[in-house]
Amino acid sequence: MRILIKKARILDPSQDLDFVGDLLIEEGKIKGFDKRIEGVEGCKIIDAEGLWCFPGLVDMHVHLREPGEEWKEDIETGTRAALCGGVLRIACMPNTKPPIDSPELVKFVLEKAREKASVKVYPIACITKGQKGEELTEFGRLKEAGAVGVSDDGKWVPNSEIMRRALLYARQFDLPVISHCEDPALSKGGSINLGKMSAKLGLKGIPASAEVVAVFRDLFLARETGGPLHLAHISLKDSIKVLKWAKEEGIPFTAETCPHYFTLTEKEVDGYNTFAKVNPPLRTEEDVEAIKEALKEGILEVIASDHAPHSPLEKEVEFELASPGMIGLQTLLPLSYKLVEEGVLSPIKCLKCLITNPARILRIEPPSVKIGKNAELILFDPREEYIFTQELIKSKSYNTPFLNKKLKGRVKKVILCNFLHTLC
Amino acid sequence: MKDLLDIASLEKKQIEHLLSLAEDLKEILYRPIPKVPTLRGKLVVNLFYEASTRTRFSFERAAKVLSADTLNFSTGASSVKKGETLLDTIKNLRALGANLFVIRHPLAGAPHFIARSCDVPVVNAGDGTHEHPTQALLDLLTVKEKLGTLSGLKVVIVGDIKHSRVAHSDILAFQKMGSKVVVTGPAPLLPEPSEVSYFALEKGRFKVEVSPEKALSRADVVIALRIQKERHGTALIPSYQEYHQFFGLTTELLLKHLSEGGILMHPGPINWGIELAPEIEKFPRQVILDQVENGVAIRMAVLLTLLAGKKDENTN
Repeated sequence: MRILIKKARILDPSQDLDFVGDLLIEEGKIKGFDKRIEGVEGCKIIDAEGLWCFPGLVDMHVHLREPGEEWKEDIETGTRAALCGGVLRIACMPNTKPPIDSPELVKFVLEKAREKASVKVYPIACITKGQKGEELTEFGRLKEAGAVGVSDDGKWVPNSEIMRRALLYARQFDLPVISHCEDPALSKGGSINLGKMSAKLGLKGIPASAEVVAVFRDLFLARETGGPLHLAHISLKDSIKVLKWAKEEGIPFTAETCPHYFTLTEKEVDGYNTFAKVNPPLRTEEDVEAIKEALKEGILEVIASDHAPHSPLEKEVEFELASPGMIGLQTLLPLSYKLVEEGVLSPIKCLKCLITNPARILRIEPPSVKIGKNAELILFDPREEYIFTQELIKSKSYNTPFLNKKLKGRVKKVILCNFLHTLC
Repeated sequence: MKDLLDIASLEKKQIEHLLSLAEDLKEILYRPIPKVPTLRGKLVVNLFYEASTRTRFSFERAAKVLSADTLNFSTGASSVKKGETLLDTIKNLRALGANLFVIRHPLAGAPHFIARSCDVPVVNAGDGTHEHPTQALLDLLTVKEKLGTLSGLKVVIVGDIKHSRVAHSDILAFQKMGSKVVVTGPAPLLPEPSEVSYFALEKGRFKVEVSPEKALSRADVVIALRIQKERHGTALIPSYQEYHQFFGLTTELLLKHLSEGGILMHPGPINWGIELAPEIEKFPRQVILDQVENGVAIRMAVLLTLLAGKKDENTN
């Protein structure tokens, strides 16, 4: 099958490519791209005038809930939501039931993904057995089985000696250690950010120190060990200050944030809105601005969704009983694109945060617009505005504060190897 | 007004309406037969997910004086033991004919949650560490009765402000009515700097004061809070003895600091010897039992306003 995409704005962050032209795909591979491609016989032609064509996103922070919590999501539905969001590679977090802490479980996820996933799945394994924070998992065998990183996501590793050892050992196997920075002694019992909203709702607030203390400890351990540290979902202005200090010190680390931390504030929780309950919690206007600035400056290099599906059983309950987290695979791109519209990021820089930087951190070759490479492309309409209704959601769960809100920017088509998916 | 969920969402006018209605209704309690038929045929369901003496009986008494029927629910003797969710419990009680829910719940926002998902009025009788609006209303009524006004007063709240739903409601209620509120207590139990902007409705109207003596100075109203032993044990306070020594109220302290005519209140139940010295029971300006009596009048006013709709003008 041949597909010829005409007059698209073609972008590739792996080679800083940004031009308007045509792109030819043959047998699932990129055959050529140029200002104009003419005279190719027997093609399906896609008129892409006004659309952007770029490689699929790499989302390094996704919860697929399989095995163990399939009523919230499974590998089939989660990856279908990813596909519709233009996310063609995902790294899934190991806090399933049971947690992915053995090579057998890593292989289980990969096997299930081979059977029914719509996009490529890269498992992340636990740092410690059972995510208990006590004993390290088998980093070497986990990597051999296909794990691309280790994380006790959802939990910090509170024992500093264990974390120190994890960084030393992970360095040997070149596995990124992804840390969920929240000191449980400080965040325990808290449901939302400590501040005006926690006072209003009478809920225990999580202080900024819960994140900042954890960020600082992990950075210092990375400095001592040289271990490959990646900090997940940074949410605070004060954390950014610490990250800046760490950059100046030359400490090796990478850090990510999520769209909700540069889009929403704690105000979203008002009225006990459980869809806006997330860990770390939504913060303040000041923090939102600081997160944007940090993306602009390159202090934060990754935008990930932290897609965390929960069913009404976990969300339509009393606020303090509700599980934290929101789905995000289908809002990742439109919310990130907003940063381009606002002039915070250039299109290429935005795509680096969504494609090449996460790929680099996971030690995988990023998808790209290069001749001979597999076609892993999306066609994105940056102008289209639409209401994000429940019908559009492909995930099993619909827990998102963006439900029924207006979004701008929509994935129209996905070309993944031999398949052309027309989404809308 | 569909529900009474918190003081935060009440306007001054609504508070004034409830207070004056309660003042009118209080007279019924002194009649030889303290009962009027106003809410005959209405079913008030008291959902108590937490222990309570005053609030629960006060709501029940108020409903009965107004001739409403009452169902009393307590978690120990219900299907909550079998794992029934709050939402299902509400749906079922609604199907049984409930016309109004009074709810006391250990989790903040539980009344808001059920108010969103049911079509009958919901009254918050205390939710976690959030608010206890009828307590604040009865406190206002008591102060108005004793001091003749609610504006220009200095109201001091002493104790575990952070975890007290009574304090959270009182802080807002007294400010809305034109008074100044000062809170004091052990520093880890006071509002955090980042929370103060919520509690201060206007500049200079609200203050967190770490020195109890400074806070109490020239107070018109002192509200002592209960140390919530069942919630925190001694996790937040090193010892009850230390608490009493530094934050407990004594007759001597009150005589030294209260303004002329100033009063002492307590929402109950009292831990004698911890937040209040035992001799305070005989202190002439403590109005703790007046508060309890006013609680019935306030709850009558609330039930009537929510259930009788526009008829509240001609209840007598």
